[in-house]
Amino acid sequence: MSSAFQDAIAAGLGVQAAAFALAAVGLNLQFGYTGLLNFGLVAFLMVGAYGTAITVNEGGPLWLGVLVGIAASVGLGLVFGLPTLRLRADYLAIVTITAGETLRIIINAGGQNSFTQGPFGIQQFANSFFKINPFPTGTYGPGRVSFSESDLWVMTVTWALVALFSLAVYRLVRSPWGRVIKAIREDEDAARSLGKNVFAYKLQSLCLGGVMAGCAGIMLALSQQNVSPTYYLPAFTFFIYTIVILGGPGSVWGPIIGAAAFWFLIQFTAGVLTDAIGSGWIPSSLLSTDEVLTFRYVLVGLGLIALVVWRPQGIAGNREELLIDDR
Amino acid sequence: MIARELSGVEPRPGVAKPDPVLTADGVRRRFGGLVAVDVEHLEVQRSSITALIGPNGAGKSTFFNVLSGFDRPDGGSWSFDGTAISGWRAHRIARRGMVRSFQLPKALAKLSVLDNMKLGAPRQSGERLATALLPGRWRSQERTVELQAIELLSRFGLGDQRDDYAGTLSGGQRKLLEMARALMAQPDMVLLDEPMAGVNPVLVQTLLEHMKGIREIGVTVLFVEHDMDVVMGISDWVVCMGVGKVIAEGTPAAIGANPAVIDAYLGTTHDEAGFGEAETADD
Repeated sequence: MSSAFQDAIAAGLGVQAAAFALAAVGLNLQFGYTGLLNFGLVAFLMVGAYGTAITVNEGGPLWLGVLVGIAASVGLGLVFGLPTLRLRADYLAIVTITAGETLRIIINAGGQNSFTQGPFGIQQFANSFFKINPFPTGTYGPGRVSFSESDLWVMTVTWALVALFSLAVYRLVRSPWGRVIKAIREDEDAARSLGKNVFAYKLQSLCLGGVMAGCAGIMLALSQQNVSPTYYLPAFTFFIYTIVILGGPGSVWGPIIGAAAFWFLIQFTAGVLTDAIGSGWIPSSLLSTDEVLTFRYVLVGLGLIALVVWRPQGIAGNREELLIDDR
Repeated sequence: MIARELSGVEPRPGVAKPDPVLTADGVRRRFGGLVAVDVEHLEVQRSSITALIGPNGAGKSTFFNVLSGFDRPDGGSWSFDGTAISGWRAHRIARRGMVRSFQLPKALAKLSVLDNMKLGAPRQSGERLATALLPGRWRSQERTVELQAIELLSRFGLGDQRDDYAGTLSGGQRKLLEMARALMAQPDMVLLDEPMAGVNPVLVQTLLEHMKGIREIGVTVLFVEHDMDVVMGISDWVVCMGVGKVIAEGTPAAIGANPAVIDAYLGTTHDEAGFGEAETADD
């Protein structure tokens, strides 16, 4: 196997793919099943990560930090949802994208001695997480598809959370509760006319999906031992949307397959392009190795357009459901 | 028997009924300078089929929206079955027993026909997030709901379509589904907004039979309709609105002969055809 392919496999299984899958499971519940256009998803990852980092940095234990991070995600769901979920759907999109970015700028504006430590961020708060790593020092996996013991530890926990939350979503969307949120996605006035408290369901979905995204933020922060505001740009949200649409919104496997495919493609295109430039197939006057990291997103974008044209239901989505005439 | 109870009632706007289930007082809704609804007093007789007629722009749909909590009035109060429900949110009014349908049927396209029906059932414990993950707590209720849904679907001639996506149904079937789904909510009263609009004549007859069936089980029906033949044939009582106000009400026979109604429909110059024409949009 070529090294580019092996690297891509590693990326599709790695920490990033797992954490993005976790966030995508949450977004899928909000957007894929309930139809909530949450364009501020990254803010849920951010408050989860910062909740954990600040708690530990201020002398609290890590388990408390994780609880604070989760509580912060629920709190953010309420802050986003309470004023906007009674309004038309597009208001939620506007409020979430601006509120998320505003929150990031506020964190960034803090000084070195503030809780958030402003642009400097907070580091080294996950030591007690790696202290309980059951994997002995070493590298794991065949060939270039190998991971350090700490990466393997983060991956194990994160993929386990993905499995747990996916199972929860699987059971929820097959319950009467899931029937109501899907009805809200289709037509919230119909749900309302049948006595369903649409507002409460939307808030539940927003907060529950937000907790999953918050956990994704916590896992990413733990693996990097770092939180800093520049990491949580609005583009992050749209990567998660890309993953959900790639995998198939409204399907349980979609976010998992989407995240693995996304990171595989990102890494594979970069690897292949870099190889092609190195061996002279692509003249470096046309594309330099520095530009590859940006150019791969162009390819992913083109791939997504092709997917929407030829397979609009995504990789794991239900084509029949998508083709339903929505008069 | 309902017709007999109402036959002695004087055909006068705002007249009291022997046993009103819905009573509205001073309900007003303005859009800027336009007064869309201004109903001084209206009572709807329990277990009757009451038609709400009137030309386009008379405020029928807006009145429906206000009564069902989908729109906020600028003033007024109304009570349903002895409970003051003015100002309540739409879902609470539905839970209290007054369930509405929409002019454009709102079949939930990407849910199966059966799921559309099951959604209508009230007080489902599995609809609470806390119990949704514990199927043991709701499975038996779900089975009961499913049996009710299947029974109603076959009564409405949709038994064979129950596993299809609702989005695959024809326009007429969607009207049937919406009516059946409203019944799943076990209402005491249904508000049907143009249940016959855009439906072929055969299906109109079917829908009329179902409306009579709804009355037979004691559920009050208030419906908006433009087709005067339909209105005259089925209604126990007819309320005519014009420019937001109730301009006439009475038995179908009394309404048919009422000059104010004829004026409202035809205009005082009598040169505009509109009487009995099917309408597709009212708002």
